[in-house]
Amino acid sequence: MKVVLQNLTKKFPGRERKNRTEVVAVNDFSFEIPDGKLIGLLGPSGCGKSTTLNLISGLLKPTGGRIFFGEDDVTDLPPENRGIGLVFQNYALYPHLTVKQNILFPLQNLKGKDKLSKAEMLEKAKEAARLVQIEELMERKPGELSGGQQQRVAIARALVKMPRVLLLDEPLSNLDARLRLQTREEIRRIQKETGITTIFVTHDQEEAMSISDMIVVMKEGIVQQIGKPQEVYDNPANLFVAKFLGTPPINVFNGQIRNNKLYIGGDAVLDVKISGNREVYAGIRPEGFLLREDGPFMCELSGIEVMGRDISVLSSNKASVNPTVRAIIGTENNINIEKLSARFALAPHKVFLFDKETERKIEPNGQEG
Amino acid sequence: MDTQTNYEKIEKSSRFRKKTASVITYTLLTFWAVMVLFPFYWMILTSVKSYGAYNSEYIPKFFTLSPTLQNYTEAFTAVPRYFLNTTIFTLVTTAIMLVVITLAAFAFARLEFKGKNIVFLLFLSLMMIPNELVIITNFVTVTNLDMRNSFPGLILPSVTSVFYIYLLKENFEQIPDSLYYAAKVDGTSDFKYLLKVMVPMSKPTLITITILKVIECWNSYVWPRLITDDANYFLVSNGIQEIRENGFGRENIPAMMAAVVVISAPLIVLFLVFRKKIMAGVSRGGTKG
Amino acid sequence: MKKFGSLKAWLYLLPAILFLGVFMVYPLFDVFVYSFEEGYNSASQTYFGTGMYNYSYVLHDPYFLQAVKNTFILVIITVPLSTGLALLISVGLTAIRPLRNLFQTIYFLPYVTNTLAVGLVFMILFKKTAYSDGLVNLLINLFGGKSVDFIDGPYWAKMFVLCFYTVWVVLPFKILILTSALSSVNQEYYNAARVDGTSSFRIFRRITLPMISPMIFYLVITGFIGAFKAYSDAVALFGTNLNAAEMNTIVGYVYDMLYGDSGGYPSYASAAAIILFAIVLTITSINLLANKRRQVSIL
Repeated sequence: MKVVLQNLTKKFPGRERKNRTEVVAVNDFSFEIPDGKLIGLLGPSGCGKSTTLNLISGLLKPTGGRIFFGEDDVTDLPPENRGIGLVFQNYALYPHLTVKQNILFPLQNLKGKDKLSKAEMLEKAKEAARLVQIEELMERKPGELSGGQQQRVAIARALVKMPRVLLLDEPLSNLDARLRLQTREEIRRIQKETGITTIFVTHDQEEAMSISDMIVVMKEGIVQQIGKPQEVYDNPANLFVAKFLGTPPINVFNGQIRNNKLYIGGDAVLDVKISGNREVYAGIRPEGFLLREDGPFMCELSGIEVMGRDISVLSSNKASVNPTVRAIIGTENNINIEKLSARFALAPHKVFLFDKETERKIEPNGQEG
Repeated sequence: MDTQTNYEKIEKSSRFRKKTASVITYTLLTFWAVMVLFPFYWMILTSVKSYGAYNSEYIPKFFTLSPTLQNYTEAFTAVPRYFLNTTIFTLVTTAIMLVVITLAAFAFARLEFKGKNIVFLLFLSLMMIPNELVIITNFVTVTNLDMRNSFPGLILPSVTSVFYIYLLKENFEQIPDSLYYAAKVDGTSDFKYLLKVMVPMSKPTLITITILKVIECWNSYVWPRLITDDANYFLVSNGIQEIRENGFGRENIPAMMAAVVVISAPLIVLFLVFRKKIMAGVSRGGTKG
Repeated sequence: MKKFGSLKAWLYLLPAILFLGVFMVYPLFDVFVYSFEEGYNSASQTYFGTGMYNYSYVLHDPYFLQAVKNTFILVIITVPLSTGLALLISVGLTAIRPLRNLFQTIYFLPYVTNTLAVGLVFMILFKKTAYSDGLVNLLINLFGGKSVDFIDGPYWAKMFVLCFYTVWVVLPFKILILTSALSSVNQEYYNAARVDGTSSFRIFRRITLPMISPMIFYLVITGFIGAFKAYSDAVALFGTNLNAAEMNTIVGYVYDMLYGDSGGYPSYASAAAIILFAIVLTITSINLLANKRRQVSIL
């Protein structure tokens, strides 16, 4: 089932007594989510991603715009008639019911011609439990389960009705780091197996990047960029997206373009295909620094962190927006920490230039993206 | 388009259901609100009707065109005495109780001594003792001490409450130990620590307890009735009962109602001013009497 | 040093122990002593024997039996009724947004009013006098019924007023407790249920009720205890001479035995009080046993 959002807008009335101005949580969001894909809605807290999810689920009514599931306009439908499965951030498992009763709960709501017999319900519940691999926990109460197990139960409960769309709100935020890795693969697997169009919300870019078919980056209610994770990473539409994606985060410098060269702090560090002279922000991914004795870009060395697989080189540069410049290099590099400075060459495809005013990415032809 | 019309139907029926539900809800709520408010309205209304007008209404009227404050002057011949007594009783009882329970709660929460757990357990078990069981002996005790018709006799039996000690102790225990040790390192005495750190930090609980105790005192009836037969020591509840039984020389219901209004007003005003605090306090503090 | 610290702690506890000792612990034992002392005379403070006579007297006293009957009727009617009504109103309150605070404030008013004072208003509303049939009778006439004197009239009319007034008095607390219990149920459970298309009734029965059941249970227990100790509501409506009005309660009987026109018998009062305590204890234990699977701490 494809999901189409058309100019979706949600405004909330101002909460504070003094300041009654409306808060725009989602602003003019249009997007067609292809059938059977896993989509990550990504952004910092307060960016409107959860609101978007609640609009799709029907728990909130949009102020403007339409929502379609396939060809059906569901904008004004109450949530129960939309055919969605929703997994809540805190799972919202009914604590007084067993796992089995929790999973059965949605099925028992069916009325009229959809009504199922007890045996059919049980069969479906078992199937859902099998899918998320919790068959042996059916008689337990949610309080007796670990966070990861509760998460699975919540997914099973959302899936048992075979929803047209599955929605997950911050599905991994309540899990510890190790479980998070495991569970996100689990979500990917379940989504692949069922083929249900799935939308999930997260503030963790790594999470979104690792399992999504597509990600939607949002900020202050406005969609910043939509695309395949790697595409967005490699080609961020603006400074915000560049900064938001990637760990460790991108390094941002004040720079100038002069004579088809990028200058950072007086050094010409890279050839660029951009004509004209202008002030820019230069974003350089940590892996875009190449340690070279004769590199054009010099930073004052402040330390290194060896992390096994690779090495973080910490340095500072007057033109840097952040106090520390972090470069990641392979362990095969030898770096002399006795030295006071390090010289780098830059990998061109890891360097992005942004307009100082609009913060949009400047494309090689000199136009803003 | 078939599905589309279907959706419209679903939409419409869900909207209709929502509306009916909300109409029913508001009707129910309004009904009970009227049930609650009506006695108050009636009491105020009757209190401004003249004695003659009231008694001539075989069918009571829901309004009056000639309100009078006459009844209030009559009510004020008797009520101020009760009022003053109740205020003294309430303030002194609450004040002494706060001191007693704070000291006890501090001992249980902060100090180490032999037999602490057993004593606390004994205290807790006292919570199960209903007032009705001990009031008989207390009546005899106070009579024998010749304290009937006196403030000490009224006040002393109700200046401790195991429940409030328990409530306050729980609250005191939530204050981190590190604060106590920090104060100790600075050479603060236990008593000063209690006064300067624990009491201010437990203010919400102390306010809750004060609210509950004030309401309880203001409305207390049984003990004052047992212990006073001199009208000079009547509290408002007993005053009301006295007015009812011997009311202003005759069956002067408007004057009675004026007295009732005067007596009810202080707590209601207090409630309307501190509404949020009082409701939060009561819901935290538990049961009435 | 340690000994000194211990002493200090006892000093802090001293006032509480003193007051509790004099006005709670000693009376607790004393009341049993009284109840077994036969023919105690409060003037001369003498008695002429010990035994079960006081209990036997009380249990054969028609006034006491009347009081027990009244109390039980009051408990059986008002506890379920007030709890159910409070639940209904609280659910309604939680469902609405506009005017919610106003309703909550209104509903709480009876809690902060003097029971005796408002009881007087109820008496006037229900009383039938030579001058007027009273407002309630007016309403009854309006619907074609005949006037009844609810204050000095037939037993069930009086019982009705007593129950009505009791419910009126106890509702604020129950509504307050239940609304806060309801609002503490995580909204996500409701959202989850809504997404699954659960009907409102099913949400209430399968989710809301189980979630707030500890609070309901707490209210039922305290409601039982409170209703068994009913007294001042009855005084407010029918005056201090409750035996004459056939509206006495067990607690009222205790006080009447102790003091007033029929007073001066602390032994009978003690026996009656102990019987009351036994009844309350039994009912509470039954309640606790019936709800054993729910782990609720009753304070």
